[in-house]
Amino acid sequence: MNLKLKVWRQNDAHAKGKMVDYSISGIEGDMSFLEMLDILNENLINEGKEPVEFDHDCREGICGSCSLQINGEPHGPDRFITTCQLHMRKFKDGDTIVIEPFRATAFPVIKDLVVDRTAFDRIQQAGGYISVNTSGNTVDANAIPVQKEAADEAMDSATCIGCGACVAACKNASAMLFTSAKVSQFALLPQGQVEATERVKNMVRQMDLEGFGNCTNTGACEVECPKGISLENIARMNREYLKAQAKG
Amino acid sequence: MGILDSKVPSGPLADKWTKHKNEINLVNPANKRNIDIIVVGTGLAGGSAAATLAELGYNVKTFCYQDSPRRAHSIAAQGGINAAKNYQGDGDSNYRLFYDTIKGGDYRSREGNVYRLAEVSSNIIDQCVAQGVPFAREYGGLLDNRSFGGVLVSRTFYAKGQTGQQLLLGAYSAMNRQINRGKIKAYNRHEMLDLVLVDGKARGIIARDLVTGEIERHSAHAVVLASGGYGNVFFLSTNAMGSNVMAAWRAHRRGAFFANPCFTQIHPTCIPVSGEHQSKLTLMSESLRNDGRIWVPAKLEDAKAIREGKLKPTQIAEEDRDYYLERRYPAFGNLVPRDVASRAAKERCDAGFGVNKTGEAVYLDFSAAIMRYGKEKALTSGIKDPSDETVRKLGEEVVEAKYGNLFQMYEKIVDENPYKTPMMIYPAVHYTMGGLWVDYNLQTTIPGCYAAGEANFSDHGANRLGASALMQGLADGYFVLPYTIGDYLSDDIRTGPIPTDSPEFDHAEKEVRERIEKLMSGSGKHSVDYYHKKLGKIMWNKCGMARNAQGLQEAINEISELRKDFWENVKVPGDMNTMNQELEKAGRVADFLELGELFAKDALHRNESCGGHFREEYQTPEGEALRDDENFKYVAAWEYKGEPKDAELHKEELIYENIELKTRSYK
Repeated sequence: MNLKLKVWRQNDAHAKGKMVDYSISGIEGDMSFLEMLDILNENLINEGKEPVEFDHDCREGICGSCSLQINGEPHGPDRFITTCQLHMRKFKDGDTIVIEPFRATAFPVIKDLVVDRTAFDRIQQAGGYISVNTSGNTVDANAIPVQKEAADEAMDSATCIGCGACVAACKNASAMLFTSAKVSQFALLPQGQVEATERVKNMVRQMDLEGFGNCTNTGACEVECPKGISLENIARMNREYLKAQAKG
Repeated sequence: MGILDSKVPSGPLADKWTKHKNEINLVNPANKRNIDIIVVGTGLAGGSAAATLAELGYNVKTFCYQDSPRRAHSIAAQGGINAAKNYQGDGDSNYRLFYDTIKGGDYRSREGNVYRLAEVSSNIIDQCVAQGVPFAREYGGLLDNRSFGGVLVSRTFYAKGQTGQQLLLGAYSAMNRQINRGKIKAYNRHEMLDLVLVDGKARGIIARDLVTGEIERHSAHAVVLASGGYGNVFFLSTNAMGSNVMAAWRAHRRGAFFANPCFTQIHPTCIPVSGEHQSKLTLMSESLRNDGRIWVPAKLEDAKAIREGKLKPTQIAEEDRDYYLERRYPAFGNLVPRDVASRAAKERCDAGFGVNKTGEAVYLDFSAAIMRYGKEKALTSGIKDPSDETVRKLGEEVVEAKYGNLFQMYEKIVDENPYKTPMMIYPAVHYTMGGLWVDYNLQTTIPGCYAAGEANFSDHGANRLGASALMQGLADGYFVLPYTIGDYLSDDIRTGPIPTDSPEFDHAEKEVRERIEKLMSGSGKHSVDYYHKKLGKIMWNKCGMARNAQGLQEAINEISELRKDFWENVKVPGDMNTMNQELEKAGRVADFLELGELFAKDALHRNESCGGHFREEYQTPEGEALRDDENFKYVAAWEYKGEPKDAELHKEELIYENIELKTRSYK
């Protein structure tokens, strides 16, 4: 198929960016979206132009590197996938595809489609862990039984890949879904409950410091999340936060 | 053996590690604060090592090319992690895990290292549970297990099909705790471009900031390389696009021996290649072989009709299917080790029984498992005389709970529903057993330079068993390296900070800059990918699942030619002082073009078949691998001498005191 692409080009964090039009042909349905961009870049290189920079790595939907706002949606039109798992069979001959970076104050553009998501790391550093030494001198793994339901629910929260689609989907660029997923994972497990109070306070404080907005309650984040992280996590974080406030 | 002293402690196998830990030197906590360690790579091995070293009190700097340590490719490991917990009461023990690993590796790994791995395996599970890793559990609240290839017990712990992700996020959270305390400084979007030696010791690295393009000097008292494997030398592999050999290869060029480069794992269950545009391959976890049955049509005409789209797999009657693994290996069936399963698939496809349009695919079929689980579920749910439809529906739910994310991944890529029609799979490059040679302490042949995880060669011999990579990465990082490195660093308590303005750093930086300038001044005929794809084709065709002397010699010549062409004609656009992903790729491919040749040279010299290394000249009449213990029971460690063709071979004889060498049989 033949496609028209409108791609965001920006030299660096300080430069002014703009949309640039490209045409591309010979695209097949079983190519992935990123393989389509590989072909665009190969063409640009052969024409003596600079290729489009974009983040990607595992190309199987788990590392969370790839991003891209495709026709206005994070990770494009399909559901429960990342951009690297989006296949060109979702488009048709003659389509125009608009490709932009994830937009959020807390995610400044580095170059072209590459954004800086280190704010997410800093939220995790503020408390996204259980303070246990890694010496291995812990109790036997089966010493503390965990209800299967709780373990499964914790696993569902823990599958967040930190891609930032939730932030890009939110009109307030809120990071509530991301932050609450980690808070929930630990709040659901007995191991994590010991320092639950400090954790939620520290992580929420850092989230606010990074310039993420407030929750809109529209649920756009849940719809766009490639891993299906549920809004229940936000509700749980709010409860944890209230509990923590009450404890002082 | 001079410099190839494995330093395995003396004494009974089961006491070696404890004895060693009791005897090595320690660094007191106050002195640890004066010692700096660089860790390159933040996957399971690097992330866990960094966290533990920082926790012990060392000052740690981590480096990764990704934008966050959480994105290292360990994250993509699906199926599970082995541990000799014997929670299932099925006769597992440290010895059995040790034995399975040595046998699975076709008797080409070191006894002492492997036993230690088995010994600390249980600790890993305890540690990860304490960290909040949400492993799968049974209704009683205790941990669940599944089986993996090459073993007869259930010792694999898992978190759905995302075990690597959960373990990595555990190590990442342990790192975050130390970053928050100021004990780890993380340099993300940074790539190590060279190792700096001062007085023969590893004392730092030259790195490039991938955002600004700046070349930086970083010093330390020791350098840990945990930078993963080199599977991307094949271009198409299950590795991440950015996975590369640069850190290990730069260390090799500075004097670290590179061991067994030809030992590469081709994983049997990957989604087949769909066309020329393909950029990477996707694994379907080995755990699927617990429940999936592998087959091809028994009749050539059926296979042909399927390839032409005239017949569907579901239309082939049971008696017309060839479950070739169950037929050839009745004892292990679909759970034979990966190398055996891969070769068997290739054998069937080469004989004309392949089932996709390229003829390079076999079926992985869940219909029997769906019906079996459905019946069980109907029974436990109290449904009497369920219809086939009900059974199938219930069975699909059970299978979805077990492997849902893998099935979804398959459907998104192939556009077929694997609950209704069998998956198509074919072998693909997945893991590299070879790597930097290390001794029992995980130290390379350069003092102060350590290698952990897939980057080293030590534990998997010629073939790695499923769910053992995660085990080894975390064993090295959490439980081995943090102690052994102290023995070396105990001599450095009075050294003080290592300056970066020394002639050694000047020299290394100058070389790095010249190399980048050379990469950017090619005539501009072809893109980096053009060369990478060409290299990949040579590797796959001549150094892949089956190799022979003639093909390997051709590969050596062709790669050497290609490398020359690359340096003259590669086109790297843009400039070096900004983010430039083409430049990053060019540097990595340049190293693959050297490693690839050494790989072929190693494969050519090893006149035997063992594990993932199958030489067509050395096989039994039934087509099984023919090992030569008399002549090749050694680790081949190569010393850099300029061009790969000049690399010098050093041997570490493998000594088996506890295991009798046998022909590996899974029949």
